[in-house]
Amino acid sequence: MKKLLIAFLFAPLLAFATGGSVHLDKWPGSVSDKAGLQNGAKLFVNYCLNCHGASYMRYKNLMELGLTEQQVKDNLMFTSDKIGGLMAVAARADEQKQWFGATPPDLTIIARARGDLGAPKAGADWLYTYLRSFYRDENRPTGWNNVVFENVGMPHVLYGLQGQQVLNHETHKLELAVPGQLPPVEFDKAVSDLVGFMVWMGEPQQEFRQTLGYIVLAFLAILFVVSYALKKEYWKDIH
Amino acid sequence: MAAGNFEKYKSDGSLAGNLLEWVDARFPATSMWKGHLSEYYAPKNFNFWYFFGSLALLVLVIQIVTGIFLVMHYKPDAALNAYGVPVAFASVEYIMRDVPGGWLIRYMHSTGASAFFIVVYLHMFRGLLYGSYRKPRELTWLFGVGIFLCLMGEAFFGYLLPWGQMSYWGAQVIVNLFGAIPFVGNDLSILIRGDFVVGDATLNRFFSFHVIAFPLVLLGLVAAHVLALHETGSNNPDGVEIKANKDENGIPRDGIPFHPYYTVKDIVGVVVFLMVFSAIMFFAPEGGGAFLETPNFYPADPLKTPPHIAPVWYFTPYYSILRAMVWNFFGLDAKFWGVVAMGASVVVFAFLPWLDRSPVKSIRYRGPIYKTLLTIFVICFVILGYLGTQSPSYWGEKISQVCTVFYFGFFLAMPWWSRMDKFKPVPDRVTMH
Repeated sequence: MKKLLIAFLFAPLLAFATGGSVHLDKWPGSVSDKAGLQNGAKLFVNYCLNCHGASYMRYKNLMELGLTEQQVKDNLMFTSDKIGGLMAVAARADEQKQWFGATPPDLTIIARARGDLGAPKAGADWLYTYLRSFYRDENRPTGWNNVVFENVGMPHVLYGLQGQQVLNHETHKLELAVPGQLPPVEFDKAVSDLVGFMVWMGEPQQEFRQTLGYIVLAFLAILFVVSYALKKEYWKDIH
Repeated sequence: MAAGNFEKYKSDGSLAGNLLEWVDARFPATSMWKGHLSEYYAPKNFNFWYFFGSLALLVLVIQIVTGIFLVMHYKPDAALNAYGVPVAFASVEYIMRDVPGGWLIRYMHSTGASAFFIVVYLHMFRGLLYGSYRKPRELTWLFGVGIFLCLMGEAFFGYLLPWGQMSYWGAQVIVNLFGAIPFVGNDLSILIRGDFVVGDATLNRFFSFHVIAFPLVLLGLVAAHVLALHETGSNNPDGVEIKANKDENGIPRDGIPFHPYYTVKDIVGVVVFLMVFSAIMFFAPEGGGAFLETPNFYPADPLKTPPHIAPVWYFTPYYSILRAMVWNFFGLDAKFWGVVAMGASVVVFAFLPWLDRSPVKSIRYRGPIYKTLLTIFVICFVILGYLGTQSPSYWGEKISQVCTVFYFGFFLAMPWWSRMDKFKPVPDRVTMH
């Protein structure tokens, strides 16, 4: 009875259903893949940072990916930005709204924002699927549409790498009509790296957080043994 | 048992002894120490459920200490910064990234908010199990209900501060509810917001409430809660009054000094709690998207309403009760009755000491009626909580209406059903399991 009640009390924390109508491919990457994150950072500053900001993130924090300050300056910074400065976008928000119909969102914590109740890490899957799901659509002002985000204002910025997909309206599947610079497998890897960078950027200390967690739990485990022994000793005469 | 009747400390001639004697002549140090700790006699049969009071105190301290450090870096400012992001939202990310250890302090505070409600709900449930609210502890219970109300306010105001989408629209929805009150409603919600929509004025006053007004009231109520408890002495899982059976020195035979017995026992509870707390904070700080809701990683945008606005998990049972009211009674809008029902669903706890007419306190000596109804009550509470996180739906509405009826029925019919049970004889002394 008691156990049942406890179970019911905690049930709401476990019972959350996950939503979403489009099937999302699982992001295959990992934030511990430093080479992948470096590649992702390169793709991010080349393809994303022109329109999207990452305005909570500082360039110097990119050194945590195993790069030197000079490497960051030479490869990941193009404008007059300072190494201690924020990865802001040069374009003005009001102008961008005119161009795209909506201001491109800041991407620093987009991987966290795209998560779901019950699956906070699903944001990575959403991004991984979204970035690979653009297709040609002449009815859209940019010439592009997206299966995951219908009528999105964003054009397919990675089309040079992926090529051009079309939507087969009978099978509802995307087909590669014009190949890009990368074969599909390599393109998927590139997008995976890019998503990995965004997942890492959402919380750069996430690996350290977990490492610290193990240390804290180990300390508490020892403290538990000591405090339990103390309690036993004091309580041995209480019946 | 309370402070007051203890002899003043007499120095043994040492320097420390002289100092303590000097202090004790001017401040009730010895009598407070003895009255509340070393000679406060608590029943010796406390079980698992009795950890949550001291844990609630621990979480309160965690929230205050982490809060002090967050306020050093947080900026309650809804204006947009140079990058088009609200200053308040950006300052939270600044704490998460640029303030050394800031992420840890912030996660402690955000996990602490949910942990506070978990331990307080379990603490209240303990009261239901063992009749802790019954005479002579009605005031302890009332102060406790006050603490719970205050905690809800504190959580509500605090949730606006990160200035994310869910912060913003959650506050918008809740403050608009006051608009349903006849005649004064609209003016009242403008008074609360300080503006016609949730804005900078709202953010600043909620900040003030969150860091000054409510913590002050909360601390006062906690002190009153503990003082009232120590005046009557603690209840226990048998619901036996240990003061009814004292030895020749006037000490309850089933009582043991709170210090050292319960201090060392509570330390074990604290360590276990901290292990669970750390496991969440270090490995799943979002709490599965329930402690930190994912839409709140978007900055507040007054022009973009999220498709689904849901309060944080600890408010969802009451939110479901609010949504369950869909009927216009007496020419007043259903929304008004929703607000009334939501308020009543919290305040009704205050009447428990007078609703419960059972001759015994503890569930151990109550019969199947109480056990069944309490189980159904908990199930209804959980279902309401779950439905409150979901988008409105036909069946969700029907189920939440049934649960709402049961929720109130549990309390309002208690004077009758609590008398009818099959009771077991209560022992004279507490039992050890």
